[in-house]
Amino acid sequence: MSTTVSNAPPTGNAAMAAPRQRGYWGTVGYRLRYDPVTLFFGAVLLSVILAAVFASWIAPADPYQESIIRRLKGPGYMGHILGTDELGRDMLSRLLYGGRLTLLMGMVPVVIATLIGGGLGVVAGFAGGIVNTLIMRTMDVFYAFPSVLLAVAISGAMGGGVTNGMIALTLVFIPPLCRVAETATTQVRNLDFVDAARATGAPLRLVLWHHVLGNVLGPVLIYASSLISVGIILASGLSFLGLGVKPPEPDWGLMLNALRQAIYVNPLIAALPGIAIFITSVSLNMVSDGLRSAMDVRS
Amino acid sequence: MFGYILRRLLSAVPIAFGVSVVCFLLVYLAPGDPVQTLLPPDADAETVAQVKRMYGLDQPLPVQYLTWLGRVMVGDFGRSIATGRPVADEIFRSLGNTVLLAGLSVLVAFSIAFVLGTIAGRHAGGWLDRVVTGVAVVGVSVPNYWLGIVLVIIFSVEMMALPASGMGDGRFDPTSWEHVQYLILPVITLSMIPVGIIARTTRSAVSEVMNQEFVTTLRANGLPEWRVLRHALKNALPPVLAVMGLQFGTLMGGSILVETVFSWPGSGFLLSKAILTRDIPVLQGTILVLALIFVFTNLTVDLFQSSVDPRIRRA
Repeated sequence: MSTTVSNAPPTGNAAMAAPRQRGYWGTVGYRLRYDPVTLFFGAVLLSVILAAVFASWIAPADPYQESIIRRLKGPGYMGHILGTDELGRDMLSRLLYGGRLTLLMGMVPVVIATLIGGGLGVVAGFAGGIVNTLIMRTMDVFYAFPSVLLAVAISGAMGGGVTNGMIALTLVFIPPLCRVAETATTQVRNLDFVDAARATGAPLRLVLWHHVLGNVLGPVLIYASSLISVGIILASGLSFLGLGVKPPEPDWGLMLNALRQAIYVNPLIAALPGIAIFITSVSLNMVSDGLRSAMDVRS
Repeated sequence: MFGYILRRLLSAVPIAFGVSVVCFLLVYLAPGDPVQTLLPPDADAETVAQVKRMYGLDQPLPVQYLTWLGRVMVGDFGRSIATGRPVADEIFRSLGNTVLLAGLSVLVAFSIAFVLGTIAGRHAGGWLDRVVTGVAVVGVSVPNYWLGIVLVIIFSVEMMALPASGMGDGRFDPTSWEHVQYLILPVITLSMIPVGIIARTTRSAVSEVMNQEFVTTLRANGLPEWRVLRHALKNALPPVLAVMGLQFGTLMGGSILVETVFSWPGSGFLLSKAILTRDIPVLQGTILVLALIFVFTNLTVDLFQSSVDPRIRRA
């Protein structure tokens, strides 16, 4: 244990170190290592992501290959491990490939919204005054829409498609992220060490980068990580409504919609894409919760 | 108190204004000219110009907005492109069904989640707490449109016990099973997310109250545990009711996916049909009404909270 201490480079975060003299991130890592639930769901999540990334190597069949005679067959039918869909395409392959677009559509908006919303929040919190009012009151307007409604409204008006769906989800996620960043920044800004730093003549850029961002990043990232699961559910929801991914591309939400008609023929197959969405979103939520408690320095 | 109510009411005005601007601009997000959504694609230039003049689309944008706002204020949302009927009629015919669905779902969710959350909060840190927290995570993680399909598979396809979609014929009669049976699956489906959210809120509210000194005093006075709990729950209730209110607003606007799964003839189903047919006036009108309902519920919840907890008014 002493070796980890001596190897740890002294960083700015050292001030936040927990008792046993680990760095901040060291403590987080240490806590995570002893949290079997988070580790388990982390592993599930990792395998879902890897399965999507390496779909072209893992998938047993071509996800676009249709077959009129092999439609809606159950698991195990002629080498189709998870059966076939309404056009006779291999379900397992489509689920593996489908993860790509679903995960992409769920994650990219969160990343972009974290940059834009977080940035706006820091600016609003640090500048205060009229800039703050302007930014935060605009956010309030978007807050006045339930998230599903806003996503549907924007992508519906723009005419659907993957890009429009991602733009809509980004706009949905900017306001809450902006609020979290603004709250955290306002708290930090009024602390003595920021005044002290400015009094010693530290340039604004440095104060923002080192003191403000260093303290705002944690809460913003934790919050953003909890949004990814919402992102996946909303993205699949858009595709389910016909607003996201267009056929014949494989996507979990779209597959769920297409297979709705099949519930009378092969209910198990119809439920499969939803199971994929569900497993991913539970894992994301559990990992995010685990990260949150691991990163909470006070507890 | 009166001053506070007035202040909160006034603060909702700019938000409602902003919401109307966003809804107005939705039309301009649509690819191409807004006229194209009103006319068949093969319309000639003269017709296009005429329709533009007719709808005031040749006016500058702020003028168009004010004209639109003026009409909306008196309940004129234009006509549906798909059916030709006034959009306002379509919205108000379906709105009641969504209020019914969302209202019942929130009540069901509250009854389940309040019990679960209380159990978890009283045994914070114990295994019961972990089970309930797990249930809550599942509740917020489950894609409800999928849950709806699964319930249909189980109860309609396999057991043939409940109808898979629609809401039956004629006026809804809450005393007749013929009508009530249509509600069961959609309500269970829609209440799943609020169960998770309300259970979490209840858990933290109850565990916080249970740690307060007055609870220790009550116990020290020899009060039986169920009466201690009654005192504690009274204090834990306001934040939970507030979250429940907010959830109602969220479900009103967020029931679109569940309504689509069950073909429930509410505003969400109207919206999803409008998307498929690119019926922009219906899309615009429905979203405006649902967002305003959301603003209004949030405002009501705010006022409710400040009336039970005077500390909020001073903040």
